[in-house]
Formats: sequence, C-alpha cells, structure tokens
Amino acid sequence: MTAATARARHGSARRLLAVAALAALAGCATTGRDPADPFEGFNRSMYAFNESFDKAIGKPVATAYQDVVPSPARGWVRNFFSNVADLFIGVNNLLEGRPNSAVTSWARFAFNSSFGIFGFNDVASQMGLEKQHGDFGLTFGTWGAGTGPYLVWPLVGPSDVRDTVGTVFDWHFDPVSNHYPVAPRNAMILLRATSQRADLLGASRLLEEAALDKYAFQRDAYLQRRRSLIEGDHPSREKAPSSQAPAGAPHASSDASPQARFSSVYEPRTPANYQAVLAAERAK
Amino acid sequence: MSLSKALKRFAGAFAGLLAVCAAAAGAQMMAPDALVKDVTLEVVGIVAKDRDIQSGNTQKVIDLVQDKVLPHFNFTDMTALAVGQNWPKASAEQKQRLTAEFRTLLVRTYASALAAYRDQRFEFVPLHASPTDTDVTVRVKVLQSGAQPVTIDYAMEKMPGGWQVYDVVVGGVSLVSNYRTEFANEVRDGGIDGLIRRLRAKNARLAQQTPAGTGSK
Repeated sequence: MTAATARARHGSARRLLAVAALAALAGCATTGRDPADPFEGFNRSMYAFNESFDKAIGKPVATAYQDVVPSPARGWVRNFFSNVADLFIGVNNLLEGRPNSAVTSWARFAFNSSFGIFGFNDVASQMGLEKQHGDFGLTFGTWGAGTGPYLVWPLVGPSDVRDTVGTVFDWHFDPVSNHYPVAPRNAMILLRATSQRADLLGASRLLEEAALDKYAFQRDAYLQRRRSLIEGDHPSREKAPSSQAPAGAPHASSDASPQARFSSVYEPRTPANYQAVLAAERAK
Repeated sequence: MSLSKALKRFAGAFAGLLAVCAAAAGAQMMAPDALVKDVTLEVVGIVAKDRDIQSGNTQKVIDLVQDKVLPHFNFTDMTALAVGQNWPKASAEQKQRLTAEFRTLLVRTYASALAAYRDQRFEFVPLHASPTDTDVTVRVKVLQSGAQPVTIDYAMEKMPGGWQVYDVVVGGVSLVSNYRTEFANEVRDGGIDGLIRRLRAKNARLAQQTPAGTGSK
C-alpha cells in the first residue's frame, strides 16, 4: 500500500529505517500473540502511522490522479515504470536460478523499450511474455533465508527482516532513484508512487471491507503472499503436507486431532488436510 | 378406490418423477473448470455492460453475486475451515449463525472485487484431473498490462449437487487461511458468540454504507 510511497523517500527513508530499527529494539518487550509477529506492538503503531499518512496524503493524491488523468495515460505511466523494473526483475530471476524467467524479463524489456516506444506500451504481454516476479527479498528467500519476524516500516508498509534487507538492495539498484539530476528524479519517484498507489485503490477498499482487523488481515496476507512467491505454486501438483508446513507448525496427519490440524497462526493451505477435517465434520 | 382417484394419484406420482428428473438434469455434473469459466464469463459480461454497476450500485452487484455465484460456493465448509480449531466447539445453532454472517461478508467482498472489474483479460488454465478426483484446484489468471498476472485458484470439492468452491486463493493468499487468525483472536477474546457479534456488527456497518435506494430489485 504505502510501499510505493515509501520508495519515493529513498534517502530519508533510510534514516527513518535506522530510527525505526532502534524503536523496534526498544519495543522488544512488546509481546505479540502470534509467533510470526513478536513485535506486534511496534508494528501496530507503525501501521497506524502509515494509515494516517495514507488517509491524509497517499489516498487523496492517488484518487485525484485517477480522476484527473485519463485511463490510457495512466496505463502509459504504469507500463513505463514496470518496464524499467523488468531489468532488475531479470537480474533477480537469474540469481534465483530461474534463467527462463530472466530471459523472459529481459526480452520484455527489449520489446517494450523498442516496439513499445520507451516502455509506454506493454507489447510483450500481448506477445505472451508474462511479467515475472522478482526482487532481492525473494532471491534471498530462494537461497534459503528465513523471513525472520514480521515488520511494518513507516511508509514502506508490510515487510519482514529478510525483505527489509531485500528492499534496501532493491533501492540501491533502482534505476529510477539512481537517476540524476535530483529534481526530475524526485518528480519521477513521486509519479511512480502515485501511480502505484492509484492501482491499489481497489485493493485497499477491499481490505477495508473484508477485514475484521485490518492489521492482522494485511499481515497474514503479506506472509502468505511472499511465501507463495518463493515456493512457487503448482495447482496440478499436490505437495506433501510436510513440505508445506513451516518449522514448528503441526504437521497434518490423518490421525491428528482436529485441534492439531488447525494452527491458530498462519498455516499453509493443504487440501488433503481440509478434506480430512471436513470428512470428520460430516461424519457427525 | 375410484378410477379418478387412482388417476390423480398416478398423475401426482408422475409429476413428482418429472420434477426429480428435471432436478437431476439441472444438477448434472459440469466439469469444475468448465463451471468456473462459464460463471466467470457470464458474470463479468454482465458487469462490463451494466452502467449502474460501474457507477457504483453496490446492491445490484450483490444481487448478481447471489444469483449467479452463490450457488457454487459451499459456505458451511468455508466457515468451518476459517473457524478452524474452534469449529467443533460451536453448537449447531452457532455454526448456522456463523455461516450466515460469514456468507454475507464474503458476498459483499466478492461483489466489491467484481465491481472493480474493468478490462482485465482472463486465462482459464485447463485442469488436469482424473474423473475420480473429488477435490481439485481450478486456476484462472487475470492478465493486465504492466503488471504480473494475478492467479485465482478455486479449491473445489465434488458435492452431490455439483462442484462447489470451498476456498479462493488470490495471488497465493488463501481467503480461508487469512480469516483463521482473525477468527481465532475473536474467539479467544469473546468466545464463539463474540465472533458472531463482531461479524454481525461488521455486516451492519457495511450495509449502512450502501447508498439507500440504489437496490435494483
């Protein structure tokens, strides 16, 4: 949500990160109910800050952008920044050991920069070259780095220890924020942030409506999402429950009690597990 | 027994038999991936053409979802999975109320997602399942220029009346898993009744947000 806005604050965000890291340490005493979220107290206060920032600035600006700028032009802006990003998505794809994805990302960059006229049009998608996922957080995850505790940073939004390090790397290599002189660079960064926030207006409304506790809902969605991007998902291939269960989580086995099959914390989806519970429920 | 009475009885039995046949034909098992494709395209087609919906008539989308989508969802199973370890502790009446409130919330959320639909394209990934499977995952990709495709996985189970959805996984995020933490926290704080109260309050608040008089019925 505010991830976009946050990227905009390249320099000052680093300072904020340092301050926030200290605050996080200071907040160590806060005990979260969820083992994946030991800094829940700190995170919730950061979340509240982000919410008010978004309410005051992020959302109004994004809404105005959506109302004022016609849809095709917003598409050009989205495609342009997406194209610039494909360069390092390709690098990360390679680092992750997915050469095919890397080639796809770079082919996208080549086609969109030329035939797509400086990336304003996503002709590659129409050619069947799907946009890939890739960032340093995902790369570290593929290499086996654990997520560490969940963290919420001011303006950055949801993250975890691994993805925080990844984001610093992402910023370091970001072609847009490495562009000089400073004035047009800042304008670009703000435009990108606005465009990205505008694209999320629908999703944030959905979150507003769906969640009982927006903080917890967003946290669990973030953790599930990042996990699925690293593990990859193969809908036609059933994974053994043991390969999906996080360390420390109860393994689903057919003879476990219903209590053991459901963890109150995040638990990856295992259809086999579901079916066992449902069958037990129906048998009553 | 008079002849007319016997005829009447026969006619009655015959009518009953016809009704059963019709129901069986209507419920004839449609392949799960074909079902997802048909329903998605039909509903999205209606949304794309409807000016009322595009200008924000929430009630109209909710009615659409209730008509076209709801019959293909197994809300009892969805609720059971979302409530998780606390489900067996709920009474039959509590289970019923939980399911009703959760259904209202999900229909509302689904309607919002649908109303946000503009010009995304869909790719229906063919399902490789054997005829004996009773639990499958049907994948739909939503394609958009300048963004990664969003995958929507429908976890479906074979029920007597046809295939039904028991979880929706959007971009790797399972709806059922995501509600599990929230629900568990509510139950820990206020018990099953606390969760029901919380859901009911949430639904009431959302219903108030629907502009009055925009209902299409």
